[in-house]
Amino acid sequence: MKYRTVFDIIGPVMIGPSSSHTAGAARIGKVARALFAEVPERADVHFYGSFAKTYRGHGTDVAVVGGLLDYETNDERIRDAFHHAKEAAMDVHLHEEEAVVHHPNTCRIKLTKGDKRLDLVGVSIGGGKIEIVELNGFDLRLSGNHPAILVAHLDRYGVIAAVSNLLAKHQLNIGHMEVSRKEKGETALMVIEVDQNVDKALLLELERLPHITHVSKIHD
Amino acid sequence: MFKNVEELVTKAEQANMLISEVMITQEIEVTGRERRQIIEQMRRQLLVMEQAVERGIHEDVVSVSGLTGGDGKKLAAYVKNGTMIGGETTLLAVAGAMATNEVNAAMGTICATPTAGSAGVVPGVLFGVAHKLKPTEEQKLNFLFTSGAFGFVVANNASISGAAGGCQAEVGSATGMAAAALVELAGGTPRQSAHAMAIALKNMLGLVCDPVAGLVEVPCVKRNAAGASLAITAADMALAGIESRIPCDEVIDAMYKIGQTMPEALRETGEGGLAATPTGRKLEAEIFGRRTKQTK
Repeated sequence: MKYRTVFDIIGPVMIGPSSSHTAGAARIGKVARALFAEVPERADVHFYGSFAKTYRGHGTDVAVVGGLLDYETNDERIRDAFHHAKEAAMDVHLHEEEAVVHHPNTCRIKLTKGDKRLDLVGVSIGGGKIEIVELNGFDLRLSGNHPAILVAHLDRYGVIAAVSNLLAKHQLNIGHMEVSRKEKGETALMVIEVDQNVDKALLLELERLPHITHVSKIHD
Repeated sequence: MFKNVEELVTKAEQANMLISEVMITQEIEVTGRERRQIIEQMRRQLLVMEQAVERGIHEDVVSVSGLTGGDGKKLAAYVKNGTMIGGETTLLAVAGAMATNEVNAAMGTICATPTAGSAGVVPGVLFGVAHKLKPTEEQKLNFLFTSGAFGFVVANNASISGAAGGCQAEVGSATGMAAAALVELAGGTPRQSAHAMAIALKNMLGLVCDPVAGLVEVPCVKRNAAGASLAITAADMALAGIESRIPCDEVIDAMYKIGQTMPEALRETGEGGLAATPTGRKLEAEIFGRRTKQTK
């Protein structure tokens, strides 16, 4: 089920005018920011479908940028997000795309800082709920509504077991887990939604496991 | 977890519970949070709704584009005058619904129910009927839990996104949710709630999403008005013992299928319907012409 709690329906509390085009967009931006873990130097935001056609009227652009600045959906600073982005030295570029995509409210966000890159595709599915459907070329399904751990690793046997063993040792319950790879034996991505927030120490411990290249998290 | 309205109603009937209580129980199970925390969060949502209605009815709210604002206030003043033709309760609900959406269009703080574009209907109905039914705070919170329970079914089985399913998925869903919750508040049965939702949603089927200039303003504010008024009518019909011949779940399914076959121009792209009328296009050109100048 896509919607799990009553507050997906009676909520979110947000700055208007649109739950899908404003609140959802802000949440996609916020997940990208959480995964990037710092203010990017440059953000390229590509809008598709209804997002591309109506983003001005819905404040989708300010919302995504607000999310990239780590604002919540009810943060009034969203209205002046471009101004705040400038102050934070984040260079924002908007792109209206013509391509037909599966869901009408789709947005691709590319963030860079020095050599560091992030490329994420999010869709806003209604009522402020979102799904991240692609991350750095990997297909995935991530709601951003639960704490989640993302583990980039090499596609080798035993890696998944090692990660889940470590989570078990820390008594973390896995709510949803997905593994995606580009090609057999190449790089892969593990997405693990958990019930409680994870601390930094655990992330570092995960990163020290064999064949793991990078670990990031999204918190509640 | 209840998967559809039938399961929701059966659960309530078998346990001799209100729909709102079924929703709260499920929320505790699914999230592992304590009842107290869940009630507390709903209380915060209620407060935001109350403040938005108050603001829209008492302040001179104007949207960023200037297209909407002040109509909720206008209607509330008209009702106060006492010369209205329709019922006071219904018109107050309509005023509250418009007030909320006007605050939303002004980039004010609102609580989405289930979306921002349809955020007026549920609080509009709740605060509109308050002077007549005098609900306690607990009953007001229950109203929101029951609305949430029905919206939950629609969101999981169909859609609450205008871009995916048209306005029927947004204001239509909100209208059904409010109708069902109002039945419970007025002392009706869970099954009557389901009939009220079905009756309300049936009358919203096919409603397109055609916002002028792509803004959540025209016709959204007035569709929330119509939704609030229809929700009260549907609730009264169900309370009178009228049943929907088509079961609620099938109405929801019909809504979903209609949404899937709706042309893209009529699904929140701002390309068809009212958005494509000569006046709609003129307003769009004016607004974006002005906005571009401002940002340069």
